[in-house]
Amino acid sequence: MEGSAALKRGKTPRREIETAVVRFAGDSGDGMQLTGGRFTLATALAGNGLATFPDFPAEIRAPAGTTFGVSAFQINFGSRPIKTAGDVVDVLFAMNPAALKVNLADVAPGGLLIVDTGAFGARNLRKAGYEDNPLEDGSLGGYRVVGLDFSQRTLEAVADMDVTKKEGQRCKNMWALGLAYWMFDRDRNGTIDWLRQKFASQPEIAAANVAALNAGHAFGETAEMSADLGAFTIAPASLAPGLYRNVTGTEAMAWGLIAGTELAELQLVFCSYPITPASGVLHHLAARKDFGVVTFQAEDEIAAICAAIGASYAGSLGVTSSSGPGIALKTEALGLAVATELPLVVVNSQRAGPSTGMPTKTEQSDLYQAVYGRNADSPLIVLAACSPSDCFDCAIKAVRLAIRYMTPVMLLSDGYIANASEPWALPDVESFQPFPARFRTDAADFHPYARDPKTLARPWAVPGTPGLEHRIGGLERDAESGNISYDPANHQRMTDLRARKIAGVANDIPLQETAPGSDDHGIAVVGWGSTYGPISRAVANLRAEGLPVAHIHLRHIWPLPRNLGELLGRYDRVLVPEMNTGQLVNVLRAEYLIPAEGLNKVTGTPFRIAEIEAAVRARMERKAI
Amino acid sequence: MNIEVPLKKRAPKDYASNQEVRWCPGCGDYAILKAVMRTLAERGADPDKTVFVSGIGCAARFPYYVSTYGFHGIHGRAAPIATGVKLANPDLDVWVISGDGDALSIGGNHLLHVLRRNVNLQFLLFNNEIYGLTKGQYSPTSRFGTRSPSSPAGSLDAPLSPLRVALGSGARFVARAVDTQQSHLPGVLARARAHVGTSFVEILQNCVVYNDGVYSPYTDRDVAPDMQLHVEHGKPLVFGRERDKGLRLDPASLSLETVRVGEGGADEADLLVHDETNATLAGLLAMLETPVALGVLYCVPAPSYEHLVTDQVETIEGGKGAAGRAELNALLRARNTWTVEP
Repeated sequence: MEGSAALKRGKTPRREIETAVVRFAGDSGDGMQLTGGRFTLATALAGNGLATFPDFPAEIRAPAGTTFGVSAFQINFGSRPIKTAGDVVDVLFAMNPAALKVNLADVAPGGLLIVDTGAFGARNLRKAGYEDNPLEDGSLGGYRVVGLDFSQRTLEAVADMDVTKKEGQRCKNMWALGLAYWMFDRDRNGTIDWLRQKFASQPEIAAANVAALNAGHAFGETAEMSADLGAFTIAPASLAPGLYRNVTGTEAMAWGLIAGTELAELQLVFCSYPITPASGVLHHLAARKDFGVVTFQAEDEIAAICAAIGASYAGSLGVTSSSGPGIALKTEALGLAVATELPLVVVNSQRAGPSTGMPTKTEQSDLYQAVYGRNADSPLIVLAACSPSDCFDCAIKAVRLAIRYMTPVMLLSDGYIANASEPWALPDVESFQPFPARFRTDAADFHPYARDPKTLARPWAVPGTPGLEHRIGGLERDAESGNISYDPANHQRMTDLRARKIAGVANDIPLQETAPGSDDHGIAVVGWGSTYGPISRAVANLRAEGLPVAHIHLRHIWPLPRNLGELLGRYDRVLVPEMNTGQLVNVLRAEYLIPAEGLNKVTGTPFRIAEIEAAVRARMERKAI
Repeated sequence: MNIEVPLKKRAPKDYASNQEVRWCPGCGDYAILKAVMRTLAERGADPDKTVFVSGIGCAARFPYYVSTYGFHGIHGRAAPIATGVKLANPDLDVWVISGDGDALSIGGNHLLHVLRRNVNLQFLLFNNEIYGLTKGQYSPTSRFGTRSPSSPAGSLDAPLSPLRVALGSGARFVARAVDTQQSHLPGVLARARAHVGTSFVEILQNCVVYNDGVYSPYTDRDVAPDMQLHVEHGKPLVFGRERDKGLRLDPASLSLETVRVGEGGADEADLLVHDETNATLAGLLAMLETPVALGVLYCVPAPSYEHLVTDQVETIEGGKGAAGRAELNALLRARNTWTVEP
């Protein structure tokens, strides 16, 4: 925890701090995601900056008490804009031994462990793989440990309620949440209202949860443990003025696709097959039929993209969404969209691989797949969102480029962005400039593959339009008529045209900028996607020390911004942190013949700020020698 | 049972594109193309509202030869492409053209799902029991023991029955026809086009190069009358050169048995009368090999998938039309917002 300044408020003397990182960890059935979600909302409404990191197993309900069933939710919040979910955990709520075991390594030295001693029986210790009780064997000496019997205290709190013992015990996450609310001075009324609404049909369950929440809070207030636990206050963050809400990448992506198609004046036909961590976009859009959204849960990934292509062919905007393994299945159809030159948006919420990999863990290892991963020369546009709220803008951008250039656009997100959340200054969608799609209607001098001289896009001529009947397909086609052509010169011409069309998009996108305050010499740290947060904070920290460092974050992965080569050329060194074994770094080396260096990590967790700082420092020192 | 409205007068040749047809001389596909164009002409189909969608294979070149809209897709995937087309514009008249490899092997999954969803389109399966475009390998409908470049000692895969797959997948219009029967095929195609929902038509199609004569035991002039049963709704199941054979239900084995009518044989009243709304009978007819059942075996219309999708969207829109940007602004601000003052 950062900050100082004692402050007295209410009954409890509170210490004012700048930031804190709290992690709730327990069994996947303990409701940790829900607990973290409510804490996040209360924190957002308190006006703090925040970033969250839900981390859960792929198993829906792994055997209780085991390490592989541990689910955790981390939040970093503070009185300044927060860029990452936090390098190290200041306060860990551990609901059982397994949660302690799995998460302990991430807790800061001297950090606070708040442990449910009621769950530390012999059986749970054995299931977690502990030979001795860590609360008693002195192995936690480097931490501050507060052991409380959450389970027992929760049962006491609900003793008067009309609930079973099992139902009562299930409220212990609310007891922990109540305690957390007291520690960080959060308003719990929103959570109480929410509980009453959620369990409207089971008022006794609602009452038990509320009682547990209040009991946890009251425990902090009355137990005189503030010396052990700490009671804090965190001032609202100095965010830019405006109306805010908290948003996950999944929500922002779904709403951005709706906004984009509204601006394009097209119907959104969203075709998808369930896959972690991408399914949330399908769920959100399926609930938005009031916006005229058509969602199609296809029989497989291939059907999903093919239906999207068919929808675009017939004059809607087809969008499909998946994660790496599903994108792999869509690859042949992506080539069809490239060949037929139809607009299509493909969202990839990347996850750790190869193959099934680690479905719930994040990674950025599908950049090659996006840029190069098709048979033959089949270029398309690749964008990458850098944060949860950025998904909204990137989705709009993807829609605009897809219809303007009659091309598939791959929009990269990842498991971290999809599930994480951050405060979002709400845009006024009504003030956005529309970009209505234009269908060809004039039958005079119509050629299906004649091109707009500026964009090289072919006309969008949809079935149902009299006089424009034509045939398209995956076979190579004549550069004008679209009829099947095996003519050698025509294939050369069409291949060149497809490449030039996509390359030309570089003239239609903003020049690459460095992050505000970046230096124009020294080391450029180049990132893409969800490394934005840690790179941004690391570069700011290093610059505060007077080191010459710049942050360059790419949204446009293909084509690259037209000034990027020149920009990178200004720096002595280029460092590219990526959650893969080095993909963007090789694209940059290939495109600009520069000795860019990679900083690579594939642990299924985001970069820590300190890791990036250390890597930059190491290169500074090398240069000094 | 389906309402048909004849429209503008066009000749079959008006539906031919300017592209040269490139099937092998004598290919059954020519006859099917002719029958389809005749059907379009007779039904007065608007070329601009008609879309042919295909996958890969000899049959899949079909869209290039018709003067309507056409989409030649990728192997096996015509059904989902066509589904997307119908979701975007339910008013289009969509025909899927496929073959036994395209529809039943690489695209098998999509076939069963388009059928169970009941997307309103015509699915024509050109079944020649062989892979033509890749030069003659055995297909999922090839008979056991078929010798081919990929099965020189005979194929060991049991063939599947397209019509039984279709019925099992929930198809609500199932028919079978023969490529060269120009007096019969256009009528089946017209019924398929008029039917609301997915109309599945298996067309027995002769590949002159790789599987010539595979249907000769059914289609040769001298055997055809005794080997083909043309079914018609409400008519008794009678066949044979002398129209003297019929089908009766054997109650002991629950199967169809061929009986001779009159002369000490069965009474005509014993014969089954075709009821195309009877799923059990359709299943029995689909299984029948001697004779082979031709015509509309099953037809029970139901609301199409895209109709239900559109209805659901419109119901949720509540007659106000699709929400717009103002409503999106409201959605983003619906709850849990806070203001940061300047």
